[in-house]
Amino acid sequence: MKLDKALLASITLASSTLFAAPAMAADDKDAIWSAIKSLEEKVEMTADAMDSDSAGKHGHGTSSGKTTIGGYGEMHYNNLDSKKEVDFHRSVLFLGHEFSNKTRFFMEWDLEHAGTMELEQSFLEFDISDKTSVKTGVVLIPVGIINETHEPPTFYGVERNPVENKIIPTTWREGGVGISGELAEGWSYDAYLTSGLETSSGDGYAVRDGRQHVIKAVAEDLAYTGRIKWVGMPGVEIAATYQRQGDMTQGADATAGAASLIETHAVITRGATTLKALYAAWDLDGSGPESNGSNEQNGWYIEPSYKVTPKFGIFARYNEWDNTAGSATDSKYKQTDVGANYWPEENVVVKLDIMDQGGKGTDSGFNLGVGFQF
Amino acid sequence: MKSLAPLILLLAAATNTLARDVYQSPSDFISEVFANNPPKASLMWLNRAMKQELTEILGHRPNALRVRYWKKKLKTVWILDEIGKEHPITTGIIVDQGKIQAIKVLIYRESRGYEVRHPFFTEQFNGARLQEDAQLDRSIDGISGATLSVRALKKMARMALYLDKHSNP
Repeated sequence: MKLDKALLASITLASSTLFAAPAMAADDKDAIWSAIKSLEEKVEMTADAMDSDSAGKHGHGTSSGKTTIGGYGEMHYNNLDSKKEVDFHRSVLFLGHEFSNKTRFFMEWDLEHAGTMELEQSFLEFDISDKTSVKTGVVLIPVGIINETHEPPTFYGVERNPVENKIIPTTWREGGVGISGELAEGWSYDAYLTSGLETSSGDGYAVRDGRQHVIKAVAEDLAYTGRIKWVGMPGVEIAATYQRQGDMTQGADATAGAASLIETHAVITRGATTLKALYAAWDLDGSGPESNGSNEQNGWYIEPSYKVTPKFGIFARYNEWDNTAGSATDSKYKQTDVGANYWPEENVVVKLDIMDQGGKGTDSGFNLGVGFQF
Repeated sequence: MKSLAPLILLLAAATNTLARDVYQSPSDFISEVFANNPPKASLMWLNRAMKQELTEILGHRPNALRVRYWKKKLKTVWILDEIGKEHPITTGIIVDQGKIQAIKVLIYRESRGYEVRHPFFTEQFNGARLQEDAQLDRSIDGISGATLSVRALKKMARMALYLDKHSNP
């Protein structure tokens, strides 16, 4: 009996030990699973936090919270009959700030020719509906191909084309208010009320010399600008702008009067081939402009281009313009450009072009340039 | 005051519409693609090699450690963000059997270039595949004035096709 009791006690002890072991293992297993689950949650939370921290840190401009900085610049070497020079033509810094998803501010400082600081843009923009925004401040006039989009990697040619320099006085900015919006799929409009140009008989009423740069700009007569644009097919843009100003001399010249500008252009891209064409014409009232032929100032250009590879493209451009087209004598300038762009990075460009002028123009030679945007 | 009248009238006419930006929420997009019966989201962790290849595609290191996606049979759906000029464009991309079935801009935050959301532009991606060199097998014509947004959408299309390949090891 004693043996039986001892045996029973031993069996009970052994079995309790034996059965206790799996019970402990199950607890361990649960503990391990719980630890893994907790670790997994921590990894997820860490990854979420890291993803959230790194989101929104790439693009054109560097974003820090709601403030964005960016810029562009271009340096040129001109080897022309008229000049041989190296010029850091533009060095531009822009700053944007978003007050909310409906209200933002944008400013662009432009250091021209490494010496003169200009305020190229400085405006507040309000989204007042899903398809409409209003901006007020120093704004770019919605006209032409280059005036609003002129970062060096976006266009061919070291210098901007002469038509959008002499007839559309790019970079053309004014102080005022503008409304922009979408009318239908692919259709958009802009309507601006701004300060205007101030030409004078001393500079032959040339429109480019009439820019006031919004520096205490005389605002006796404001300018109305309207644009309709269609981009309803990939690679195609067709647009037309009309501007009217009550007095191109801001009341300073009794022999001058109102002026109107009509501009229209098309950009058509199919695969590697792009064709750009633009026409712009001013009509100035008054006997003053009529006396030197500046009552009519107009120009046009056509520019086919071909991207041989995504990083290398070639172009040709033919330009004609005349700031005294109303005169009896032939005062037309003609210019042919051919050249190439090489983009070592998508936002960096190296440019070369050869230009040859005819008509009243006598300048010829070649230009080299480098440009960037970020 | 008379000279301001046309602008004031335009402003008044324009103010009676909706809030901007969100064309469709990502969750609604996922539900629609899978006919209101979406699979559970999967997570794809980006390893070192994938990050390198995605850096080539995007032109910068990917912003995420992993990417969430939805998969049913050979169809994968991706919700991706990429900055156009200043702000992320949220885009839904459906990849079916290694080619893009559809691409849709869901949230647009940039102040310009919004035309990329229109079907006349996004339909160019339909059927596109990824080549060996990680480029699309077709050229996508851009939109004037929306260059950076167009570029962002092309990058997201390539990224979705690349990730889709890795979801079918």
